[in-house]
Amino acid sequence: MTVKVLFFAGLREALGTGSESLALPGGIATVGGLRDLLAARGEPWSALATTKNLRVALNQQMVGLDAPLKGGDEVAFFPPVTGG
Amino acid sequence: MTVSVQEADFDAGAEIAALSAGRDDVGAVASFVGLVRADKAARVGADHTAAVQAMTLEHYPGMTEKALQEIVTEARGRWELQGVRVIHRVGRLLPGARIVFVAVASSHRGDAFAACEFIMDYLKTRAPFWKKEETPAGGRWVDARESDDAAAGRWQSGAG
Repeated sequence: MTVKVLFFAGLREALGTGSESLALPGGIATVGGLRDLLAARGEPWSALATTKNLRVALNQQMVGLDAPLKGGDEVAFFPPVTGG
Repeated sequence: MTVSVQEADFDAGAEIAALSAGRDDVGAVASFVGLVRADKAARVGADHTAAVQAMTLEHYPGMTEKALQEIVTEARGRWELQGVRVIHRVGRLLPGARIVFVAVASSHRGDAFAACEFIMDYLKTRAPFWKKEETPAGGRWVDARESDDAAAGRWQSGAG
């Protein structure tokens, strides 16, 4: 299955990209699994594992790392929000 | 329109007036305006390299608007509100610029004050916006503050 992955703010800058479309290998069933897959690419992607209090949104709703994935999902990773 | 995310500035007076225009049942409008501060130097001592020269606000188009709408919907469920307006600016802003506007109309001040503060507290911890400061020493992303989480958390204790 293919998912769209988005990155924002300091994480976007660290990774040098704001989005990518990714065909997931079998066995990646949750947003946490996706995070680990990306972080395993090495630098600078290990920022996904080391960012303090990494937040995840699935289809534009905040979720935990155990949220299940399906094809066509939009997954966003970002640091804690600082608006207002 | 209840929620706007925009680069343009806003007219707080006009927005407040619009909440009660053409009706005679509004008894109170509480509002909040957040501004860009340049005084970060005070927090880190006399190091003027820390002074904020500008701030850039990033958001998550689509999710940000949805998150703000959900916060407004939750406020409407908690208090008797007659109107709500939320505006958040994005892009590059200079010290003194308006960043955010929240106004709430209600029959009585208690609901208006509470809902206005609730919306700001939730906005700061739930709406996907990120601030990057420009200083003489370079750019830096603003860290989230635990005091903001605490401010939002007190609405979950049933005290709201």
